[in-house]
Amino acid sequence: MPEAMGFFTDTTICIGCKACEVACKNWNQLPATNGGVAQLSGDSYDNTRKLDGTHWRHVKFIEQFDGPYNGRWLMMSDVCKHCVQAGCLEVCPTGAIIRTEFDTVVIQSDVCNGCRACIAACPFGVIDMNPAAGTAQKCTLCYDRMQVGLEPACAKACPTDSIQFGPIVELRTRAQKRVEQLKAQGEKRARLYGDDPNGPLGGLNSFYLLVDEPEVYGLPRDPKLPSRNLKSSGALSAAAGAVLGLVALVGLRKRRMDEIGGGGQKGSEN
Amino acid sequence: MSDTFVTASPHWTWFIIPYFFVGGIAGGAYFLAAVLEWFGRPEDRPVIRTGYSLAFWGAVLSGLLLTLDLGRSLRFWHMVFQSDNFPHLMFKSFSPISFGAWALLLFGACAFVSWYSEKEGTLAKLIAALGGLLGFFVAGYTGVLLSVTNRPIWADSPWVGALFLASGASTGAAAIALFAPGRGATERSLRWVTTFDARALIVELLLLIVFLVSLGTVAKAWLSVWGFLLVVGVVGAGILWPLRLHLKPAGAGALRNPAVMVLLGGFLLRCVVLLASNSIAYHHVASVVAR
Repeated sequence: MPEAMGFFTDTTICIGCKACEVACKNWNQLPATNGGVAQLSGDSYDNTRKLDGTHWRHVKFIEQFDGPYNGRWLMMSDVCKHCVQAGCLEVCPTGAIIRTEFDTVVIQSDVCNGCRACIAACPFGVIDMNPAAGTAQKCTLCYDRMQVGLEPACAKACPTDSIQFGPIVELRTRAQKRVEQLKAQGEKRARLYGDDPNGPLGGLNSFYLLVDEPEVYGLPRDPKLPSRNLKSSGALSAAAGAVLGLVALVGLRKRRMDEIGGGGQKGSEN
Repeated sequence: MSDTFVTASPHWTWFIIPYFFVGGIAGGAYFLAAVLEWFGRPEDRPVIRTGYSLAFWGAVLSGLLLTLDLGRSLRFWHMVFQSDNFPHLMFKSFSPISFGAWALLLFGACAFVSWYSEKEGTLAKLIAALGGLLGFFVAGYTGVLLSVTNRPIWADSPWVGALFLASGASTGAAAIALFAPGRGATERSLRWVTTFDARALIVELLLLIVFLVSLGTVAKAWLSVWGFLLVVGVVGAGILWPLRLHLKPAGAGALRNPAVMVLLGGFLLRCVVLLASNSIAYHHVASVVAR
């Protein structure tokens, strides 16, 4: 059994070149947006805006500016988190979503029927439909490349090693050292997101080094599994059903009592 | 800000909204028919037959809507069979769509038998009991399905299933009240149905209030056109107005028929609950937070 593999993305050295986005599209043969014609968001250098069925990598440009000269860009190459406890895998009704031998999460496109439960279940908004395929799609962590010992296309293409690929245990140690280094240099806001195997979702096999609050990067502070609501929601629905059943029976009982009270005037009394 | 605001919409819209509505009517109507099958009288038969008819055709329409909604409609059978290990069955008890697909299938089978066979007796009662429970299940699981996600509003409250179930009961009763007179239902049978409908509306209203309160700060997401429709369309036109008409009948016409208004309210409830959440796009929210 191979060991758990994943990504460590150090956002502090991302330069926003989008080589990862291009390499991902290239390797996975994903179609261009808008038929290949440039589509501008109008208020950002970020022109694809989000992850979806045809954008499995997305470089977020978070612009924190106070006036024209005072501010910073936070750049973060976002991708599927390959959660150890994956919400998408949990709700998929067809069994299309599987956990691989590398502890990554993959949607089998030939099994998926496009019900879109996984899209709503993902706590990170990673998955969406690929209109060309009619199925839900996302990053596979280049499962095909990993099976032959190659690193994922995005990590291979990243010129600054902001995206690092490797065994998760090794990446965690490396990430911890990097946080300490940044803190020593004065960047006190440096922190890891998703590296804790005892944290939310059992840890993320694609985790991040951030220099601000998770919300600033559009990440949930405490991502949860969709099944957290299953028992409470089911029990409350069953209780509502029982109340309404009782209402129906009480109505019938009242009808019978009224009938007896009405001296058998059937057909005219309630 | 709730973590649900950074997620993506599943685009469940114009096949799923009618499905939630029709599935609710079918389930609610069958449940009421089943109650009368067990505890009713011979004179209730037209109401029972109307309930079974609504349930069967509702189940057929539900299956059709669900299939059409799929990105790959011809793979609808992947919900019940393992596509790469046919004919092994596909079932995940913790996936609402999986158990919902099975529940709808079994409910449809019960509804078909009850609708097709006009026999009465122990077997019919047993099928009615099973179908009645499945009917309420079909009416309510659609809300549970929404809560078992990570989407705003839906996953922020565990009450959506109970609310949809109550709406299924009220719209099921309204549909029976609308169609049963044409099948020769007696006034006494119909009165039981309409009385139940009025009480179900009260339960629904209470559940709606609890649902909104349970959202906490997320309730602010209703400050939109969908919130307006919720108050005016669902509560005003779909619950309070028919309740008033139950107390004080106001003559002929669709707007004066409580059943028509209850059905309108039930449809609008599904519309606003789905569309209010669908309209929240995470990348817009994220860029606002960054500033």
